[in-house]
Amino acid sequence: MNLGPHAGFILAAYAAAAVVVGALIAWVVLDFRAQTRALAELEARGVTRRSERANPNSP
Amino acid sequence: MTALSALLFRDLRLAVRVGGGAWMGVLFFLIVVTLVPFSIGPELSLLRRIGPAILWLGALLASLLTLDRLFAADQEDGSLDLILMARPPLELAIATKALAHWLTSGLPLVVAAPALGIFLNIDSRAMAAVALTLLAGTPALTFLGLIGAALAVTLRRGGLLVPVLILPLTIPVLIFGVAASNAALAGPVPFGTAFTILCALSLASLVIGPVAAAAAFRHAE
Amino acid sequence: MTEGSGLHHAIAGTKKLPMALSDLANPSRFLAIVEPVLPWLAGATALALALGLNQALLVAPDDYQQGATVKIMSLHVPSAWLSMFCWGLMSVAALGTLVWRHPLADVAGKAAAPIGAAFTFICLVTGSLWGRPMWGTYWVWDARLTSVLILFLMYLGVIALWRTVEDPSRAARAAAILTLVGAINLPIIKFSVDWWNTLHQPASVLRLGGPTIHPSILTPLFIMAIAFTLLFVTLHLAAMRNEILRRRVRTLRLMQAQTAAEN
Repeated sequence: MNLGPHAGFILAAYAAAAVVVGALIAWVVLDFRAQTRALAELEARGVTRRSERANPNSP
Repeated sequence: MTALSALLFRDLRLAVRVGGGAWMGVLFFLIVVTLVPFSIGPELSLLRRIGPAILWLGALLASLLTLDRLFAADQEDGSLDLILMARPPLELAIATKALAHWLTSGLPLVVAAPALGIFLNIDSRAMAAVALTLLAGTPALTFLGLIGAALAVTLRRGGLLVPVLILPLTIPVLIFGVAASNAALAGPVPFGTAFTILCALSLASLVIGPVAAAAAFRHAE
Repeated sequence: MTEGSGLHHAIAGTKKLPMALSDLANPSRFLAIVEPVLPWLAGATALALALGLNQALLVAPDDYQQGATVKIMSLHVPSAWLSMFCWGLMSVAALGTLVWRHPLADVAGKAAAPIGAAFTFICLVTGSLWGRPMWGTYWVWDARLTSVLILFLMYLGVIALWRTVEDPSRAARAAAILTLVGAINLPIIKFSVDWWNTLHQPASVLRLGGPTIHPSILTPLFIMAIAFTLLFVTLHLAAMRNEILRRRVRTLRLMQAQTAAEN
């Protein structure tokens, strides 16, 4: 793959895009883990939502 | 006297009476213009060339920073709730307040601009052009700005939020205001084109501003 | 089906929602639908990205004028499209919030903003890196880049508004109004910036009109556009899911604080 004389810029552009996309994916994944962890913690303490108490089998 | 004209005169009286709110804008304008030679140097020919742009930028910033005066005082003492519940349509009441605000904050900037032009070595034709374009453009700045003021009215730590939200929207006004000022002197574009578009932007903002601000107040409940 | 339409009728003052939307109106329903779909979307995204990168980097020929740097266009142009598409999506969500009071509209708008800002950022950075070998500077105030920069500022403004207003539903409606005002202004801003740019066109031979699109790169461009769109949809749905969970956590914590205060 010959990227010519300006290879550095091309690679930098793709690298920058990869970093930003990676950051987005990381944000989504880490946030998901944080929220599920918080929910599990709250459930362990016995705090539940009204709908869950009424219907324990709902998603 | 109708409710709206009563509101108008009330706001006018308050603005002139209370804590120098109306004059602060002009003072800030003066300070900003004074800052410019400190940053770019006192060379008069350069200042003359960018003078209209500096005046426009200073007026833009000054009119944005006085916006918190628009709704904050009324929100604090409860008059805003009265206005929301009153019989005249909310959009008209907001437009009336905005008109009062422009008369006491925007218009002084228009009057001050030629005087400040002396500091920037602008010739009289340029001064007249800047004043005229500011006259046509500052209503747009006020009426667009009231959207931000309405959205942020309940925020105590609002800080720079309103300018941050509103400044991108005022860029077209700035572009055409400066272009019209410069076009009056020299320039490829006739003054009329830019000036007409500037007036159109102001007229559009007369509608968009109050409608959006009214929506903001209605949905704040 | 009855559960969904019951909820729909329970929301007073709303306009009629189509059946499918009213089914999705229930956040739990939404989560149940999205959970199994996400892995497939992620897989499709990965596939499309691999295909697009292959096309852009390996298969596509060099431009006779720009050389290999034309490959940057396969990133720059699709990210520009996505940044505008995202604001359009946020505007639809804003209408959902203000007009139909659709419960998931707030969530959709809030989740979309950072993703849109990220794509706008990619557009700016790739545009700048394309510009350096082409024009000699890392930034030019040409019409296209300037418009994208203003769009970026508007994204940051909406995100700032979301973060400054504490009550989520209050923030949602304020952000919705700002989004719609922004949507109305975007054509005006675009027109003004184009006009401003022609006014200040330097009298040099080099045309600063911005990157041109040649047919040879259309294939990788479109594949990358599809890949970016899939990426956006995947990220957006996942972010919406996170936001729904976040609101649950907030509600539960408020309940917890309330019962603690009562005891």
